[in-house]
Amino acid sequence: MQSNPTADAVGAPPPPKLAMHFASLEVQHHAARLGMWLFLATEILLFAGLFTLYAGYRFLFPEAWAAGSRSLDLTMGTINTIVLITSSFTAAMAVHYAKEAKNKMVVLMFVLTLAMAGAFLVIKGFEYSHKLHVGALPGFRYHYDAIQLPGAPLFFTVYWLSTGLHAFHVIVGMCVLAWITTKAAKNQFSYHNYTAVELGSMYWHLVDLVWIFLFPMLYLV
Amino acid sequence: MSPSPSSIAAEPGAVPAPDSHHEHHPSYLIDGTTVKSWLLSLDHKRIGLMYLFWVLLFFLVGGIYALVVRLELLTPGPTIIDAMTYNRAFTMHGVVMIFLFMIPAIPGVFGNFMLPLMLGAKDVAFPRLNLASLYILLTGAIIAIWGMINGGMDTGWTFYTPYSTQTTTTVAPILFGAFIIGFSSIATGINFIVTTHTMRAPGITWFKMPLFVWAMYATSCIQVLATPVLGLVLLLVVGENLFNFGIFDPSRGGDPVLFQHLFWFYSHPAVYIMVLPAFGVMSEVVSAFSRKNIFGYRAIAFSSLGIAFVGFFAWGHHMFVSGQSTFDAGVFAVLTMLVGVFTAIKVFNWVGTVYKGAVDFKTPFAYFCGFLYFTVFGGMTGVAFGTASLDVPWHDTYFVVAHFHFIMVGATIMAFMAALHYWFPKMFGKMYHEGWGLVSAALIILGFNATFIPQFLLGNMGMPRRYYEYPERFQNLNVASTAGASLLAFGFVIAAVYLTYALIYGRRASANPWRSRGYEWLTESPPPTHNFVGPQPTYDEEPHFYVEPKKAEVPDAV
Repeated sequence: MQSNPTADAVGAPPPPKLAMHFASLEVQHHAARLGMWLFLATEILLFAGLFTLYAGYRFLFPEAWAAGSRSLDLTMGTINTIVLITSSFTAAMAVHYAKEAKNKMVVLMFVLTLAMAGAFLVIKGFEYSHKLHVGALPGFRYHYDAIQLPGAPLFFTVYWLSTGLHAFHVIVGMCVLAWITTKAAKNQFSYHNYTAVELGSMYWHLVDLVWIFLFPMLYLV
Repeated sequence: MSPSPSSIAAEPGAVPAPDSHHEHHPSYLIDGTTVKSWLLSLDHKRIGLMYLFWVLLFFLVGGIYALVVRLELLTPGPTIIDAMTYNRAFTMHGVVMIFLFMIPAIPGVFGNFMLPLMLGAKDVAFPRLNLASLYILLTGAIIAIWGMINGGMDTGWTFYTPYSTQTTTTVAPILFGAFIIGFSSIATGINFIVTTHTMRAPGITWFKMPLFVWAMYATSCIQVLATPVLGLVLLLVVGENLFNFGIFDPSRGGDPVLFQHLFWFYSHPAVYIMVLPAFGVMSEVVSAFSRKNIFGYRAIAFSSLGIAFVGFFAWGHHMFVSGQSTFDAGVFAVLTMLVGVFTAIKVFNWVGTVYKGAVDFKTPFAYFCGFLYFTVFGGMTGVAFGTASLDVPWHDTYFVVAHFHFIMVGATIMAFMAALHYWFPKMFGKMYHEGWGLVSAALIILGFNATFIPQFLLGNMGMPRRYYEYPERFQNLNVASTAGASLLAFGFVIAAVYLTYALIYGRRASANPWRSRGYEWLTESPPPTHNFVGPQPTYDEEPHFYVEPKKAEVPDAV
């Protein structure tokens, strides 16, 4: 509960400011986490719309979907999945270290996470440039000769929209994590005050989770 | 449990809880008078007032569009504007009224103002997010209005594809504006849910929350869960307009009905975003002015959640004629009627509250009467629509227009006006003129009926909605409808005049002029900046607890 400040390591960062309208720090932390969970729910529903599009058109154009899925680079997709799951692990470790007030380890973990996020985007970039090269583009710009089935442009539209929206979330997540890393570099986090690390990490897990759904949907099945 | 710092000083026996420093605590209205102290205020009450200013402005804009549409329909042929302008006018009427007035109105104004007061909190959980949601709304509004000025849009507020991806009017900025407004709605929803979970004062358990809070909670759940889907679908249509993906273009394999599914997945629950806050307001008003304990507290609370839940699974009733399978239509029809069941539970409870109450027929209660009428008749026509077979001939006729104006607009506007009058003394510390209040309420209710009852008849005779011209034989009823709309507008003008007058010259309101038992009346009128001076009030009784209504004093006699 109202934890004992004397038991903390000497020089540990001070507890966070309690906003005037909250009853206690626990309530403030609880409110922040609840708000984040709700926000993540909205994110899932945002992608749910795209998943609906995917399901609807997969049902209408099974051949085009199968051919489109086969044409995606499974190796790169798998590597990206491993990279992203590992980055989620380091993000989770950052929360662990933040609770122990080991801010240097928080910085390290988030830097690793950011590096893997960057790697993810680079690999994704290779995939995108290949698609651009062969002309597997959404809508009217589609001129991929290898797959000329009805519905194939739609597959690539859904592919670009969903991976593009996901990549946008990766970039936003990287900005958020970078900002939290600067706070960790200033030695701000401790057992009292790790809300920002936890929320940033939660967001990163969501980015990971969306990919865990996108990967089998687009590459595997 | 943990008393606020100032109450530690107070000895346990002190009933009026002497404040540690006795000087006057300024009300939130005058605590800081600079423009900046308003525009950047984190106080939920000031944010609520800013919302009030803006939604009233948007209401005026939407109302002007409505009058333009009604004037155009005065004669069978062209009257004041050409067909394309007419298309733009009814589209903008819908877009402005729905996205900029109805959705933010009650949550933004009264939810912001009253929710913390009703929970005994000093503010909402995330005050900065709260302020941000207002500015996100205004950003979206500016983008949308920019689009309206530079070309407008002629698709109707439903933006159905493939027309909305092919029309030459400027769809993209308006939809992008609506997309941004969605974030405002999500932010408000998250804020209210977290506030309800974490900010309740000691003593306020879930089943001691005022029913307005329950309604706002249910509304917020819908806002959080439905709005992202609309966001995505609007973004897709914007993308279609800018990049031409063909994702909803049937000539390239796209499925426009899929658009309708995604659109109504939000837009049907959105109806409950508009009307559930209205139900919440009315639960407060009916108890306060019947001077009687609310009948069936838990039934009303749970039916709000029930409506929110079932509302998510009723969207298909907008698509009975869109090529949906008969089986789907049957399922959606049954689920639609479940909404009617939950609403009826509420209606019976309200009526049960009035029954043998000591009714104090003030302006908010007048609006309650109008509200009950609109809800019952709008709701019953809704159940009629829910039977898939009746929907087919009525589809896209004025019967639909009249139906949703009754249930969604009528109920919400009645509640908005009731809330404005009921909480006016709390918000501004002033009393308005009761007589003029009743006059304008009567005009608004009559005007509303005169506008939309002819539309029910027109729809039943087969007049399609959104048409620019119509056969001669429909003219009488159209004239009646336009006359009704003018009466309605006149009623609002009267309300605007006496409320503005009351704002400046009104007699000072006491802390609780209605002798209401609602928790929000436990503080001063207008409340001080942090809502309560000294220790928090204690919440011993339930919020709608009126014992012995016959013996209750008549508030502010004469």
